[in-house]
Amino acid sequence: MSVNTVPCTVKPTVTLQIGDAETDSSRPGVYVIDVTLPIGQTVNIQEISFKNYYTAYVSVRLLRRDGEGAAKWVTCLRNHCLMPSPHTEEGSQDYCSVYRQQMLIEPDNVTSVRLILRQPSSAWLNFSVEDIKIHPCLNEDSEWDIPDWLSDLTQVDQLCDLQGLPDPQTVSCSIQQMWALTEVMQTNQTTASIGRFDVDGCYDINLLSFT
Amino acid sequence: MMDEGTELSLTIAQIVQRLKATHLHSQIERQAKECLHRPEIQLESLKEDVRNFLKASGWERKLQNAVYRELHVQPLPSHPAAPPEHAKEPLAYMRKAQVNWEKRILKSLNSMCTELGVPLARKRPAVEQKELTNKWNEMGTDEPDLSRFRPVYAPKDFLEVLISLRNPNHDSSEEASAKSHWGLIQVPLHDRDIPQMREAYSELSLTTGQLGIDDHTHVPPDLFESEHTRIGKKVVNEQDSAAAQQYSRQGCPTGLRADLWALILNSTNEPEDVMHYEQLKAGVIHHDLLVDNLIYKDVKLTASNDDYYFVFEDFLYQVLLCFSRDTAVLEHFSYNSATPPKSYIQGKVGVEEFAVVYPPNGVIPFHGFSMYVAPLCFLYNEPSKLYSVFREMYVRYFFRLHSVSSSTSGIVSLCLQFERLLQTHLPQLFYHLREIGAQPLRIAFKWMVRAFSGYLSTDQLLLLWDRILGYDSLEIVAVLAAAVFAFRAENLMEVTSLTSAEVSVPRPQAGRLSPTHTHTGFHSGPWLLK
Repeated sequence: MSVNTVPCTVKPTVTLQIGDAETDSSRPGVYVIDVTLPIGQTVNIQEISFKNYYTAYVSVRLLRRDGEGAAKWVTCLRNHCLMPSPHTEEGSQDYCSVYRQQMLIEPDNVTSVRLILRQPSSAWLNFSVEDIKIHPCLNEDSEWDIPDWLSDLTQVDQLCDLQGLPDPQTVSCSIQQMWALTEVMQTNQTTASIGRFDVDGCYDINLLSFT
Repeated sequence: MMDEGTELSLTIAQIVQRLKATHLHSQIERQAKECLHRPEIQLESLKEDVRNFLKASGWERKLQNAVYRELHVQPLPSHPAAPPEHAKEPLAYMRKAQVNWEKRILKSLNSMCTELGVPLARKRPAVEQKELTNKWNEMGTDEPDLSRFRPVYAPKDFLEVLISLRNPNHDSSEEASAKSHWGLIQVPLHDRDIPQMREAYSELSLTTGQLGIDDHTHVPPDLFESEHTRIGKKVVNEQDSAAAQQYSRQGCPTGLRADLWALILNSTNEPEDVMHYEQLKAGVIHHDLLVDNLIYKDVKLTASNDDYYFVFEDFLYQVLLCFSRDTAVLEHFSYNSATPPKSYIQGKVGVEEFAVVYPPNGVIPFHGFSMYVAPLCFLYNEPSKLYSVFREMYVRYFFRLHSVSSSTSGIVSLCLQFERLLQTHLPQLFYHLREIGAQPLRIAFKWMVRAFSGYLSTDQLLLLWDRILGYDSLEIVAVLAAAVFAFRAENLMEVTSLTSAEVSVPRPQAGRLSPTHTHTGFHSGPWLLK
């Protein structure tokens, strides 16, 4: 649920169609959207979020840079269903996320993301996804200014003797969950209403407002 | 679309947050403190012992019921990026249609105000307050001059709004084809077909006993009725909401229905509920609202004219006037596509500290609204209890019948479901009715908007509402509407106009419900009027 996103460029949508795009009367059923990072940057993806607009299925491919610097396209999500029934509205305008855990391969050292959108139903005039955001992993340490002592702390392997203490990984997981819970509690203060509908005993209203 | 673990954590956090603010929380805390004196509570096993005590004394069950209630009214956990309006209604064009509809209602109310020279709200002078307090139990005897007031809207106005709903991204240019929809609703919402419904409503199958059929006088009670009633008594004794809901799917025995419904809705009649009701009553006494006149008018026009419900006229005022003052109802707007109307006191338009909701509960009644309350008067004779049950039924179900939304229990889905069932299973009838200018929805809409209240005899209606509660869905209302047409198919094929079609369909107080096969193969075991 990270709110930080990586700045990236969303390229214009490319249509995939059989036949001549100009003369063909039927609408395309496949669109491809490329999302690229600034040159030289890579990201370890935690989450890709977007808002759906009548796309039925989405596949995601990543351009990963491996150890030697060569880039390779890999599929990390295949035909993920956004609309269970492509002819009807269910899921058509939902906010969606694809998480690291759902992906087929590790989305690390990614320079480019390709979203392949499919909408097999002819019921819709248009389909797309909007507001594409790439969320990096929280413990990314590449270009950030972390003091040295902080990066020393993350070296878990160096802790030799736990002495009956719980495993740091499980602790940090549950702490993250608890943090999420407290965030929710803080933002939603008690919703108990006092019950009064007037303001200091006054409820003289003349007309309803339209704003 | 978050992962399951996070979704569950969020749901738990939200429920805990909501329950912390309730009286139940302080009651359980007090119980836990007081039980420490008891001999069976040992220090070494304190947590376990206190928990066991709470379980044995029934408090855990009360908490379970409260959590179960919260699950019913909680909106689905939404994506972190989704704005609150998306939780109310995910489809942008439906939100827009609802906003436009609300604007029309507000304009109508404002012009009624200015034309009649009546303020939306005013404080009652002391003399008037005293008078009303004395007259509280017999407000029906009052004959105020309501001739100048007219209902803000009637169901048929709302139907026109639904008919004009269009998805701007939907391709409607195609020629008539196999997938053309013959009906009035032209939005492509998802609905379930008969095989899916057969599975979902398995307790309504022909091989399962039902109250309303298997308790007829010619059927020996040992076959079903006695055992079902025995189980019902057990459910009431256990005070288990979830069990009551499951039980209700096969119908509630008349003697147990009031308790079972209160259990399903988690409607208690504790002192704090009575106090809350008294507070609302005080709100009615202190301020006079324009909507009060709309309520009076509606009761006089509908319930008072109904053979079954006219005796409850006074109760209806006592419930509906208080309902309008209840700010607790505002909570349901987080999952209702509608938005409560707003105004400013003392003429301070635009100044947020002077902003108020009007009416206090945000719900403007329409023609027929009082029929949502009327059937409940047969079950509860204590006003605070009657009120509590009605309010819960409104914030769970009835609100969906008069707002524009894509929800599966929403009126748009029900209309579409009705039309689709008819087109799929009775195509000849549908085609014929279309040809004579009698679109079936124009006949059935008013039944569905009121969940059949006033269009079925009360005992039949209560059996229907048993299932609405049991399945936590209004879908069955659409199925019943289609079944009515299926049953009258032969007569309807002969009619030649909309008016004669209306007459051909069974009127109120005419029917007895029973599930049966029909010649069209409606095998899901829906209810037909006989």
